[in-house]
Amino acid sequence: MRPFTWLQRTAQHAAVALVTTLAATAAWAGPAVEATEKQPLNLHAIVMFLVFVAGTMGITYWASNRTKSAADFYTAGGGITGFQNGLAIAGDYMSAATLLGLTAMTYASGLDGYIYMICFFVGWPLILFLMAERLRNLGRFTFADITAYRLDQGKVRTMASIGSLTVVCFYLIAQMVGAGQLIKLLFGLDYAVAVVAVGALMMVYVIKGGMLATTWVQIIKACMLLAGGTLVMLLAMSQFGFSYSDLIAKASAAHKDGWKILSPGKLTADPVTAVSLALGLMFGTAGLPHILMRFFTVTDAKEARKSVLYASGFIAYFFNVIFLMGLCAILIVGQNPEFFEGGQVGGKLIGGGNMVAMHLAKAVGGNLLLGFLAAVAFATILAVVSGLALAGASAISHDLYARVIKKGQANELDEMRVSRYATIALGIVAVGLGILFEKQNVAFMVGLAFGIAASSNFPVLILSMYWKGLTTRGALAGGYVGLFTAVALVVMSKSVWVAVLGNPAPLFGYDQPALFSMPLAFFVCWIVSITDSSATAAKEKEAFGDQFVRAQTGYGAAGASSH
Amino acid sequence: MSSDVYRRIQASPKFAELVRQRSRFAWLLSLTVLGLFYGFILLVAFRPSLMSERLSEGSMLTLGPVVILSMFVLFWVLTALYVRRANTRFDELNQAILKEAVKGGR
Repeated sequence: MRPFTWLQRTAQHAAVALVTTLAATAAWAGPAVEATEKQPLNLHAIVMFLVFVAGTMGITYWASNRTKSAADFYTAGGGITGFQNGLAIAGDYMSAATLLGLTAMTYASGLDGYIYMICFFVGWPLILFLMAERLRNLGRFTFADITAYRLDQGKVRTMASIGSLTVVCFYLIAQMVGAGQLIKLLFGLDYAVAVVAVGALMMVYVIKGGMLATTWVQIIKACMLLAGGTLVMLLAMSQFGFSYSDLIAKASAAHKDGWKILSPGKLTADPVTAVSLALGLMFGTAGLPHILMRFFTVTDAKEARKSVLYASGFIAYFFNVIFLMGLCAILIVGQNPEFFEGGQVGGKLIGGGNMVAMHLAKAVGGNLLLGFLAAVAFATILAVVSGLALAGASAISHDLYARVIKKGQANELDEMRVSRYATIALGIVAVGLGILFEKQNVAFMVGLAFGIAASSNFPVLILSMYWKGLTTRGALAGGYVGLFTAVALVVMSKSVWVAVLGNPAPLFGYDQPALFSMPLAFFVCWIVSITDSSATAAKEKEAFGDQFVRAQTGYGAAGASSH
Repeated sequence: MSSDVYRRIQASPKFAELVRQRSRFAWLLSLTVLGLFYGFILLVAFRPSLMSERLSEGSMLTLGPVVILSMFVLFWVLTALYVRRANTRFDELNQAILKEAVKGGR
């Protein structure tokens, strides 16, 4: 561990500096000056968040003593139970965008929010039926272990890492910008301080504690999120005598769209968008590197299946909680002048549309509950960012460094050192881009991340597990075509071409690329593979037999904590 | 070596049986989920007005939320069914196959 000493020291310094900064900011803060933008310093929120940070730092210290081998670092030694992993997956999957964005969407347009939620959910049963046990049986540290199983290691891993890193970067930027805005609003901290704080804490968790610490951060955060959401929902529903009918009657009477909140709105603007969105969210989930990585942290296929059962249970439950929160907010927040700028009901919400869940917490539980939910939101961002950074760092160290550059000859300590450097690099990139994109609308970035995951990572992954005929050439062609098509379509769509680049009209009429880019990727994989008559292609097809047996039975699968 | 074991497993009739049973079950469940979900999405896309139909005269329950809630519950129940069968029946069969194949090598 000696080579890491300076890293550990840096990490500790970063943590100390961060806590000092937080404390110092708390001491300076007088009454809020920029009340419209930055909110008054929220002491409840800061105290509760510091408790969370202290607790997770303790866990990180404990985890760092148990993180010795590469397997420990990437997959917590494969010793996580199905229940723990289920909670951690739920924690990874339910970002701040889920809590804040979907509550806000239900508040603004009713049923649309609920339709989004079922789209976000429906990938999970399919991941279980078609992928979970094969992922566990074939993979070791990253999903490229599976796509490169019988194909050309160097080329396929390079492509998988480019796909992973692209997804991770867009997702990270979206989380960072969201984090900065949110923390500015909720905690009354400066945008830059907030972004640096998130980046620094993330580096400490990942570098010191690896997957074990990251997993526990996810678990704790998932519990906080479930508890906080449930509490707000129950308190809000109690105002309607826990009657859904009463709630709907009053909400549809009060909402400016009236009864229309119960029919689909924006989603039906055109069927193409609806189907494309559904495809992207569903299959994008099955191609997110930080989610796929979680399947390698459990003992065996049995626990992998249980993980999905628990994760999908928590996710489904929480989506329903959010739907009720959004509906309750139509009355409790939407009718209360206290939450609108200038006290004008129906005007601009204080802090913007994403603050609905926070206002609701304040309305039903006062400053204490608001503080708790704000701390939950901060913890949520931190947990998701850590998971992403770990997935990105693994793509760099395990795939690019160890398998592509060193061709499998890297020593384990060097590989781990590279992954720690990669985490620092990713952290710096994330903080830098987060600050750079402060004023930009980054809403399209999460959609883009899902679109790329569905169009590049997912087609190659599923074909490599199910189709004997997939060859290296086919996988490369399909994967790159999917990646570039998804990026190009998003760049040409309204959300970038018009909103960011300032052109008058979009070149591509839809915001969601998946309906076009995903089938194209599958088609290219197929056509290039079947026309590939090289000798290597024949060998690759032949190797499918052994891979298939291992995928089905788990014989030869990377064992738990055997390293 | 392990590749002999793979060959023996592949030749085993029990393995063929496991693959057949599990694939059939997994695809049946997947097609159920895909069919119901995309049926719903197409309804949303082409017959949006249907979603705000009341279940009965004067009721506050409308089709949209009821259908979505039913999907949440049903899809989760399907995952539970799959996990139960895979973690008991399929895994027992799997253990038997592995035992046979590994022993056969000695």
